[in-house]
Amino acid sequence: MTTEELKQVMTDLLPSSTFDETGEFLNVIIPSEELLPVMKTLRNREDLFFDYLFCLTCVDWKDHLMMVYFLNSRTHNHTIVIKAKITDTINPQIESLFSIWPTAELNEDEVFDLFGVKFLNHPNLRRLFLEEDWVGYPLRKNYEDEHMIEL
Amino acid sequence: MDVKDKMEFPGQVHETPDGGFILSKLDDIINWARSNSLWPLAFGTSCCAIEMMQTVNAKYDWSRFGFEVMRATPRQADLIIVSGTITMKMAPVLKRLYDQMPDPKYVIAMGACTISGGPFFYNTYSVVKGIDHIIPVDVFIPGCPPRPEALLHSMITLQEKIKHETYFKKETK
Repeated sequence: MTTEELKQVMTDLLPSSTFDETGEFLNVIIPSEELLPVMKTLRNREDLFFDYLFCLTCVDWKDHLMMVYFLNSRTHNHTIVIKAKITDTINPQIESLFSIWPTAELNEDEVFDLFGVKFLNHPNLRRLFLEEDWVGYPLRKNYEDEHMIEL
Repeated sequence: MDVKDKMEFPGQVHETPDGGFILSKLDDIINWARSNSLWPLAFGTSCCAIEMMQTVNAKYDWSRFGFEVMRATPRQADLIIVSGTITMKMAPVLKRLYDQMPDPKYVIAMGACTISGGPFFYNTYSVVKGIDHIIPVDVFIPGCPPRPEALLHSMITLQEKIKHETYFKKETK
């Protein structure tokens, strides 16, 4: 599918989604509550069939968090970027995608470790890189600790 | 310091018609032997380790200076070359490796990261700002990473330090 066709599909699927085409791929911004049903459709529908989640990360924009999912279909060879906006920065949470793409398990562990996003229905949510007793989430913009020297 | 001075035997050789004898101090003999047989621990945490491997290999060949084999266990090592960034998570491991080495043991801090945290000094949550917060360091060698010649220089400097240690000489007060 071309970018235009994917855009049409996403508009039909979720009228509230907004688009950003400045990057290499089509960026679709959706509210975080809609994530799971949208992702299930993208994974399972015959003409979309995004079977490969090749990047999962998060961005801290200070007033909100943005989850970023890069999806690719190996059969149709098309790529899309889904961004889910999390407005609650105090207690951020979003649905886990482990049930759709098992590879999300460790990626979501990493996002939880560094950004503190809580993934609902995740099989084993834990700190991946930092020690279990680490306080805070280091990649958040408001993170600070006593070792850190600000420039 | 010239490399060819390094192998000079510490003492006088007195030739006699049927052989000869050597006059020297026990401390000097032991230190001469010890400093020319330092076994480093195979320990590398970042890009400095690549430069260290280069120093081991044929082109620079640190065996020429008496460093010989790298040991894979701290229990057989005399020297630990901390080559690369030490993170907060690696720090306890480094401390444990150092504690497992038998005395006398020596530490070379190789590269900017081990001296001060280097490029990771500011705005980082995970990097130890200098390994002298964790273990005592004998020789610091700056660079990012240091060239193999610089590493060899630091190791020869360490040998000089070892040659001035005393075991049997009583301390004068």
